[in-house]
Amino acid sequence: MFEINPRNARLWAKMGSRVMYGQAMLALAEETQSDLMVISADLGRSSGLGRLMELHPKKFRNVGISEQNMIGIAAGLAKEGFVVFASSFAPFIGMRASEQIRMNMGYMNMNVKAVALGSGVAMGFLGNSHYGLEDLAVMRSIPNITIVSPADCSEVIKTVRAAAELKGPMYIRLTGDSNTTFIYEQDYDFEIGKAVTLTEGRDITIIAAGTMVYESLVAGKLLEEKGITSKVVNMHTIKPLDHSALDKAIATSNLIVTVEEHSIIGGLGSAIAEYKAAISGAPPQLTLGLPDRYDVVGEHRYLLDYHGLTGAKLAEKILFKYTSLGHKVSSGKAVV
Amino acid sequence: MVDILAVLYSDVLRLNPKDPNWVERDRFILSKGHGALSYYAALFARGFISLETFETFQSNRSDLTAHPVLNMSMGIESSNGSLGHGLSMGVGIALAGKARARAYKVYVMLGDGECNEGSVWEAAMSAANFKLDNLIAIVDKNDFQNDGASINVMEPGYFEDKWGSFGWNAISVDGHDVEAIYRALTLQNIIGKPKVLIAKTIKGKGFSFMENNADWHHNRLTKTQYDLAVKELGSGDV
Repeated sequence: MFEINPRNARLWAKMGSRVMYGQAMLALAEETQSDLMVISADLGRSSGLGRLMELHPKKFRNVGISEQNMIGIAAGLAKEGFVVFASSFAPFIGMRASEQIRMNMGYMNMNVKAVALGSGVAMGFLGNSHYGLEDLAVMRSIPNITIVSPADCSEVIKTVRAAAELKGPMYIRLTGDSNTTFIYEQDYDFEIGKAVTLTEGRDITIIAAGTMVYESLVAGKLLEEKGITSKVVNMHTIKPLDHSALDKAIATSNLIVTVEEHSIIGGLGSAIAEYKAAISGAPPQLTLGLPDRYDVVGEHRYLLDYHGLTGAKLAEKILFKYTSLGHKVSSGKAVV
Repeated sequence: MVDILAVLYSDVLRLNPKDPNWVERDRFILSKGHGALSYYAALFARGFISLETFETFQSNRSDLTAHPVLNMSMGIESSNGSLGHGLSMGVGIALAGKARARAYKVYVMLGDGECNEGSVWEAAMSAANFKLDNLIAIVDKNDFQNDGASINVMEPGYFEDKWGSFGWNAISVDGHDVEAIYRALTLQNIIGKPKVLIAKTIKGKGFSFMENNADWHHNRLTKTQYDLAVKELGSGDV
């Protein structure tokens, strides 16, 4: 029912990652996994779970507005063999309940999938209280937890299905509003921990996750017009990082660019910098993301532009960095 | 809490030390993880922990830390130490029991100081909401916490009313009267309601120099104190 094709990709992007999460969970529930349990802290409908709540009440529990309790309950269910998905907005699950995640999913390694909705600045006019700016920094430092941030709605489906199969705790970081972007129009191989190289190029490597994968592809095209070829990597799994993909990028590029809809502190860029730091002769890194402050509110698309995270603005920043490193760009061809 | 653990582990919990993962076993969670020492003694007495392991308490790399660490082979169901976690997990396990129509019961022991934590009340609210009559909480109400008497740290109020208003069947019990504890623990839950024992206890009960003394929240015995404690235990007039 989830055939990835151009028509579906467009439709799903219209619905956005939250609705898509609900759709993927509904399909999972219909496959009658008796050991599936879906939990929400009074955001069931906001998690796209309305239909599941209606059609499969035995597989859903609402714990009320209590994210900390939600993770503890999820852990208890997981301990008894249930596959548990628990969702809320990114700061409420990834930060308010972070110590519950640490004790239950980190320390006790319980098979709970914590799903962060509307991460980054997708919550638009709801403001910084609802933005997921720092969640990756917190989640990444907790042992045992696999972190995946799908690039578009097709990948949300792939992630949910892979998460149900994976035995172990996960933090699934959903980005993008409704009417969002998409990159996949046909089926592809998705494996947790394995980055997807979307374009090949020898000058720079752009590594991104979530909504920023699409913007990076746009940036890559614009840079090509300037004569800079780029390899764009969808690093959907932020922990554990795909080291072999990184090794290849480091060995062949003049510049590594990381792009994420998260604070530039502690997220994907930091993770890659930590890995890269020990490699002698590694290329410099341009870390792009949200600034270390609580900034203005607005529509998702507006905010991406405001923060310089649209394809065009990314391309400008990358071009500036690339030339300031002494690489010459001339007549449609980059010269090293 | 030693008396309560003694009753739980001798006569109440349905357990099989030879099969610690027995699906129908009762589940016990020590949410007040700092009570680990008496918990390990109970697990030792029930045959889950060997004497050899028991004697490694708090030595380097020991499995027996000052706060319990999940270890099913030793009958330890949960890692605790950070307060306000155990009841939520207990709710989850009780929900699983209901969903699968299993007969096991879930017991969670909390401290009265621990009830300062807001997450305890999130869990309490949800247990009543889910009508978990397979869940039993025990609050060790010794009226002390880390910084001294609870009345001077955070006014505890009337626990029976608090838990009662959260939808629990709250039962007051003398936490040192083993028969009363047994009766309260084995009393059937009211259908559709979780049960909580408010167990009034004396911190450091049985040792003249420890009773109601916050210095013994976390402390070590000198040789002289140890000898005195053993003497007081053995004298029969405590």
